[in-house]
Amino acid sequence: MTIRPYAAAHGTLSIVDKLYEINWGLVLLITIIACVGFAMLYSVAGGSLSPWADKQMVRFAIGFILMIVVALVDIRVWLSVAYPAYVISLLLLIAVEVAGHAGLGAQRWITLGPLELQPSEPMKIALVLALARYLHGLSVEDISKPLRLAIPLVMIALPAGLVAIQPNLGTTIILLLDGASLLFLAGLSWWWIAPTVATAAAAVPLAWRYVLHDYQKARVMTFLNPESDALGAGWNITQAKIAVGSGGVAGKGFLQGTQSRLNFLPEKQTDFIWTNFGEEFGFVGCIALLILFGVVIGYGVQTAMSARSQFARLLAMGIILNFFFYIMINTAMVMGLIPVVGIPMPLISYGGTAMLAVMFGFGLLLSVHVHRQVEIPRHSAGII
Amino acid sequence: MPLFDRRDKSRYASFTRRTLLLSGGMTALFGLLAGRLYKLQIVNGGQYLTLAEDNRVSQRLIPPPRGRILDRFGVELADNRRNYRVVLVAEQATDGVEAALDAIGKVILLPPHQRERVLHDIAQNKKFVPVPIAENLSWEEFARVNLNLPYLPGVQPEVGETRSYPFSTELSHVVGYVASVSPDDKKNDDDPLLDLPSYRIGKRGIEKEFDAEMRGEAGVSRVEVNAYGRIIGELSSETGVPGKDVYLTIDCELQRFVEQRLGNESAACVVMDCSNGDVLALTSTPGYDPNLFNVGISNEQWHGLMTDDHKPLLNKALTGAYPPGSTFKPAMALAAVDNGLADLQVNCTGAVTLGNHVFHCWKKEGHGHVDLHRGIQVSCDSFFFEVARRLGIDKMEEAARALGLGAETGIELPGEQGGFIPSRAWKMARFGIPWQQGETLVNGIGQGYVLVTPLQLCMLAARIASGKALIPRITHQVGNTVQPKPVPAALPFSQAAFAAVRAGLSAVANEPGGTAYAWRITQAGFEMAGKTGTAQVRKISAEEHLAGVRKNESLPWNLRDHALFFGYAPVDQPRYACVVVIEHGAIGAHPQVQMTRDILLYAQQRDPVKMPVAYPVHAAGSTAGVLGT
Repeated sequence: MTIRPYAAAHGTLSIVDKLYEINWGLVLLITIIACVGFAMLYSVAGGSLSPWADKQMVRFAIGFILMIVVALVDIRVWLSVAYPAYVISLLLLIAVEVAGHAGLGAQRWITLGPLELQPSEPMKIALVLALARYLHGLSVEDISKPLRLAIPLVMIALPAGLVAIQPNLGTTIILLLDGASLLFLAGLSWWWIAPTVATAAAAVPLAWRYVLHDYQKARVMTFLNPESDALGAGWNITQAKIAVGSGGVAGKGFLQGTQSRLNFLPEKQTDFIWTNFGEEFGFVGCIALLILFGVVIGYGVQTAMSARSQFARLLAMGIILNFFFYIMINTAMVMGLIPVVGIPMPLISYGGTAMLAVMFGFGLLLSVHVHRQVEIPRHSAGII
Repeated sequence: MPLFDRRDKSRYASFTRRTLLLSGGMTALFGLLAGRLYKLQIVNGGQYLTLAEDNRVSQRLIPPPRGRILDRFGVELADNRRNYRVVLVAEQATDGVEAALDAIGKVILLPPHQRERVLHDIAQNKKFVPVPIAENLSWEEFARVNLNLPYLPGVQPEVGETRSYPFSTELSHVVGYVASVSPDDKKNDDDPLLDLPSYRIGKRGIEKEFDAEMRGEAGVSRVEVNAYGRIIGELSSETGVPGKDVYLTIDCELQRFVEQRLGNESAACVVMDCSNGDVLALTSTPGYDPNLFNVGISNEQWHGLMTDDHKPLLNKALTGAYPPGSTFKPAMALAAVDNGLADLQVNCTGAVTLGNHVFHCWKKEGHGHVDLHRGIQVSCDSFFFEVARRLGIDKMEEAARALGLGAETGIELPGEQGGFIPSRAWKMARFGIPWQQGETLVNGIGQGYVLVTPLQLCMLAARIASGKALIPRITHQVGNTVQPKPVPAALPFSQAAFAAVRAGLSAVANEPGGTAYAWRITQAGFEMAGKTGTAQVRKISAEEHLAGVRKNESLPWNLRDHALFFGYAPVDQPRYACVVVIEHGAIGAHPQVQMTRDILLYAQQRDPVKMPVAYPVHAAGSTAGVLGT
């Protein structure tokens, strides 16, 4: 639905035109999902806006404006800032190692003036940006050349390594998945992919031995046999399954979930918020929410495929895959499919940095959509 | 429209292919999530719902009020009193627990050891669990706490229930007491009430015997709790069934009189209604304060009760088995009459020789010519040695058992002893030696192997007085159920035998020369009959016999003989039977006879029909017989 094809293709649309170009259907979906989040935060606080729902609304409002602004910025500008954004995020990750403070046994937070920041969140966006930019310049043939491949691998390994030593296993996994899937989409040869997957499978026992922290091992052990420690580490999984399962077909009804209200659920306002949703809205509600997520992802995929530049395509897919990995890992872990790794539910879980990062990502996705007709030469450095 | 360059075209084709591949993968993974949801919520939903309810709902038992114990006139002997107590909730003590205890210490007395216990309990429990600071406060103390409540953050006044025994020691052995549940109590009893931390169960007396009836059924309160066990709210509550009241045949006023009359002696007394076997008073002195066990007895108090040589924890009326001594003789006399010895005459010289053994009468110089009547009246041992020799142990055993001796009476109190009546078979089985005739003589005067409890002795008195096989009972109603009144059987003795023995028993108290004549009831119409007895505590050696038996008064207390007396009154139409046994109380003044006399007189005077006339009208100036008796 391009109103002015030439202007669109050359990136010279006015602000008003761009606003018109924004995929407002996607914006509506995002807002609906965020509202589900507000309702859940209101519910887990025992039917109260404070302490979570009210703050989350403010963050969403800020994130919403950020998303629109990001959407209006020319896609070539994002190409230009991709590397600087990556470097800044990397520096922040190093800073958190040096000066960060701990939350729940992991060093994840840094204080910048009045702001509390989790640098791993912007890094997810910055990594996607930087990889998209780098891969934009490579042909399908180039990407499988070892020297060309080494650079994106280092780009992935650096932040993943820094996040892993925080330690934050969940985000590390997401960064690795983001990077790997972008390399895959950029056309990495199957001759690289197959041996890597095989090596990774072989590395699991070694990682168990030398890399994983005790608390991470405990989580895996507890996952494999939750009843072994029903009152200790298995408590979280057991109670989360009870919450989701007790929702049944139609759920107990809004504000009627007992598991979260009576504090049987851990981290009920952040990582485990899905369990409260499952308890109160049941199978019907969960499937409906999954369909909403699915539609958003579908929009993202469609946006990626309609873009004219490789940068935009990879950027859109990177953003939407990141979103998908969040949802997948979060729901799978709270429903006992995979071990507990600290991953929040995007748009729904309470958390400022994550909310802003997700909204920024959707802004980039919208920007790809708005500027989908813009062609970017392979060796362009953008327009800054 | 500008065209893609060739290279970008191949990139785009690859990108599209792989995007579709990934989309397929994402769809499959979402399908996996949906499948997991289906399993959790549809397939196992019911099971998880049950688990969630188990999490959420906790059942709390509400103890039902315990049934009361009342005497025959409805006087409360055990009831439930309000227990004013103060608890501390640590999390509500805004200035800290120490400060809260300091503050409460200014309002009520809080000794250091109690303070330490509170601090210990608070450390052991979660912060929202109320910990008792002080219990059983007086109304004044409780009111002071309530008045100062605004200055006592975290302190909560509470009103609970606690067992109360208004008559303290006077009824301790009948009523018994309640105390905390011990692990042994839980072994054979799965009543969930026993798990309540402050629950008390009956440990002695009626409290123990009728514990199940008085307990009632617990109410249940279903409450919602959170993950830490804090109660969020009540969902529903079911009131329990209150325990049943137990109505005794005891006359509280008579019981108190008996207790007073026995004084400081280590003694037992039973008063029975001769018409139906109702136990009107059952006392064992010294008693103890049952309230101590309810609120928690201190180590010193417990040690004191355990080491007292007067054995206050023992109900001697039921568990004390004593040689009956001469009080056994009327039973022998009954058998004698029915076995052709009604006209037996014995010349008492002070001693009887059997083989190379000499058996002494208690009166060294002898009673001279003695028949059955006089034999009972003066309690002549020589006469009853002859009765025993002629009856033989088998007939003696038969008579004693017919009168209810040697077996538990079955009274509704725990721990009753059956006493003992010896037999040939028992002697053989126990010692492997045949029965000796000398033993027949000794047992014939109530020494040797024979043992009776004061309750059995009272039943014996009532049976002789009534001629019926009365069985003592102490309860007449439990809840709304009236206890069946036992119909006493006839006793296997002739009326002539009863008449002869009763005449002898009357002579004991009412004819000069009788062993209790000095302490008879002199009021006309109230006279008693009875029989004295002395139970030897130690063997008297031959040397002592030669040197002259030492008087009981000159011996240490615990070597003196036991003093026994049973009586009934009024003598011509017996209504009350009474027994007093004083441990180590056999002295010349026969205190046990004096006590029985006073108790029987008091019991008769309490009877409205027998009340002495007030303002008696003298025959001379009589105007009318309106008040005639």
